[in-house]
Amino acid sequence: MSDATPKATARAVLPAPVGRSVGSAAWRRLKKNRLAMLGGVVLVLITLACFVTPLLLGLDPTSTNPAERHLPPSAAHWLGTDALGRDYAARVLIGGQTSLLVGISATFASVLVGVMFGAISGYFGGRTDEVMMRFVDFFYGIPYMFLVILIMLMFSETARGDPLPVFLALGLVQWLTMARVIRGQVLALRHREFVLAARVLGASHLRIVTYHILPNVLGVVLVYATLTVPTVIILESFLSFLGLGVKLSWGQLVAEGVGVVNPVESYWWLLFWPSVLLALTLFSLNFLGDGLRDALDPKTRH
Amino acid sequence: MALRSLGLIAVAALLVLVLARSIGLVEAIALVGGAGATAGTAWLPIRVVRVLAPILLGALLFGLTRATLTVPGAACLGALAVAVGIAKASPPVLRRIMFIIPSLGLLIFVTTLLMYHAPGNPFAGERIATPQVEAALRVQYGVPESALDFFQIYIRRLLLEGSFGPSLKVQGRMVGELLEPAFPVSIALGLLALVIACVLGLALGIRAGLRPNSVSDYASMALAMVGLSLPNFVIGAALIIVFALYLGWLPVAGWGGYQHILMPAFTLGLPYAAYIARLARSGTIETMQQDFIRTARAKGLSETAVVLRHALKGAILPVVSFLGPAAAGIMTGSFVVETLFSVPGMGQWFVKGAINRDYSVVLGTAIIYSALVTTFNLVVDLAYVWLEPRARSEL
Repeated sequence: MSDATPKATARAVLPAPVGRSVGSAAWRRLKKNRLAMLGGVVLVLITLACFVTPLLLGLDPTSTNPAERHLPPSAAHWLGTDALGRDYAARVLIGGQTSLLVGISATFASVLVGVMFGAISGYFGGRTDEVMMRFVDFFYGIPYMFLVILIMLMFSETARGDPLPVFLALGLVQWLTMARVIRGQVLALRHREFVLAARVLGASHLRIVTYHILPNVLGVVLVYATLTVPTVIILESFLSFLGLGVKLSWGQLVAEGVGVVNPVESYWWLLFWPSVLLALTLFSLNFLGDGLRDALDPKTRH
Repeated sequence: MALRSLGLIAVAALLVLVLARSIGLVEAIALVGGAGATAGTAWLPIRVVRVLAPILLGALLFGLTRATLTVPGAACLGALAVAVGIAKASPPVLRRIMFIIPSLGLLIFVTTLLMYHAPGNPFAGERIATPQVEAALRVQYGVPESALDFFQIYIRRLLLEGSFGPSLKVQGRMVGELLEPAFPVSIALGLLALVIACVLGLALGIRAGLRPNSVSDYASMALAMVGLSLPNFVIGAALIIVFALYLGWLPVAGWGGYQHILMPAFTLGLPYAAYIARLARSGTIETMQQDFIRTARAKGLSETAVVLRHALKGAILPVVSFLGPAAAGIMTGSFVVETLFSVPGMGQWFVKGAINRDYSVVLGTAIIYSALVTTFNLVVDLAYVWLEPRARSEL
């Protein structure tokens, strides 16, 4: 560490403006990946459908109509109606809003906590690192569904069904992997010449971490965030299935659909539409995440 | 160095203050202290660990098996554990054990705190009990008003009697009695799911990895994507509709013969089979490009021998390190799958216990699940080092 003179380090960072070209090279590689691009397009379409169409068509997911119970898909109700005669298209689209929002906000929470935790742990190393990683190990030792369910119980009965507790609980357990990944990356970066150069120039720890180290791990963060969203959406659907989740989400609609599976009368559309949308979203996110990883880290590409 | 210790103390004090607002000062101090003690095991000198870890392990085994094996049997087992630990176990393993035992204690404490701060309590049932009746019930079941007192009673009962205590909701039954029939059910289901995941995942992944970008590669990876992207219960529901309702080959739900375990185990294992397939595929591709594979081919080995004797290890290694998280995930999934297929396993007890505020049932299942996960993780890490001695330092 001490053998590198400031002059030598300064020279080592001279060919500096490579950041943009790395990004554009990655974008070029991503554009060639048809599956990933298709995933992105499908994702945009689903998001638009969930957030814009209900507003345009004035769909109401709660208005009941006893005369129109369990109608199969028709011209009036594109996706059919449910047991209370509610329009299923409205329910599926509005439910999609919650699923997507929970997925994105829980991922955001996990990124925030995970990146800060991992960056501090990796940057300082030594005992700080040891203690912080022990903490992560401890949480890894607990099946995380325990934590999620217990945290969910902390919220009173009135808050049951609100998205906030769900995304808090899910975000609180999802940051562990992010913290580990970021810590590994930062650990590898912290002895690189440009960090040393910044330190020699008198930059504070905070400045080094935010301006010099974090930009270098952004790619990894992006990839893991993209892959965390489907995980969170699946977990949310687990909770809904167990009766602990959000009031109206894809997971809850699928759970209802599973509930009416019986050999006598088939209400297939109740299970089919939310499952298909859920699966399409998760497919797209996974393909996009894989594509991003290949684009940003061509070495691991096969 | 002194500055850093001061910083640590300041962080701890800040944590206590923040936590004290929501869970009470004494509890917050106990929580932060416990977490510190657990983390602090990393700095015990190795000579202390060498003696302390086996003794703790022996004592724990003795306490837990005393009820089933009687005192002399449990004492023999405990002594055996101590002897084996002192004579045979390597320092990294002992360090891990040293960490596992206090973290189990911390887990019980955290779970207790979370349950006590959830709204409602086990005695606030639909029959409105008078305060006197509730107080009498609390004394009878050993559930005082304070979380700390409950923790003490629970730990004492666990260590001195080897008992998970009485269920607070299923009247007149002990948690041990409730979980005893459920334990083998969950273990059988989880193990079969893990085996399905490994066999299916490795077969698909290695096949795909040997011929990258071929039709069979794309087909297996598409299948893996389906497994990754569909939630468990959608796959389960699809299986029920096809195999139980339309074909009538398998029962819809329940537990008993082999035909009951097939669908839940497959449902539970499929997402992990998908993940393992992806890991095995990239592991195989990477290994097949190594020089030693070319050497093996050059010395005239058949392609089968090259794959089985040389490439297989490289393909399996990333899968082995995924087995720990996979086992934890399978347990999580089992909550859902057990509910979907009405399998009488431990997951159902946990979910029921959490919703009913049956503290002792929740703690009992939490202890068993975490003990299983941590033990399994340790075994997996040992297996990894055994397969790849270069990774020894990571243990």
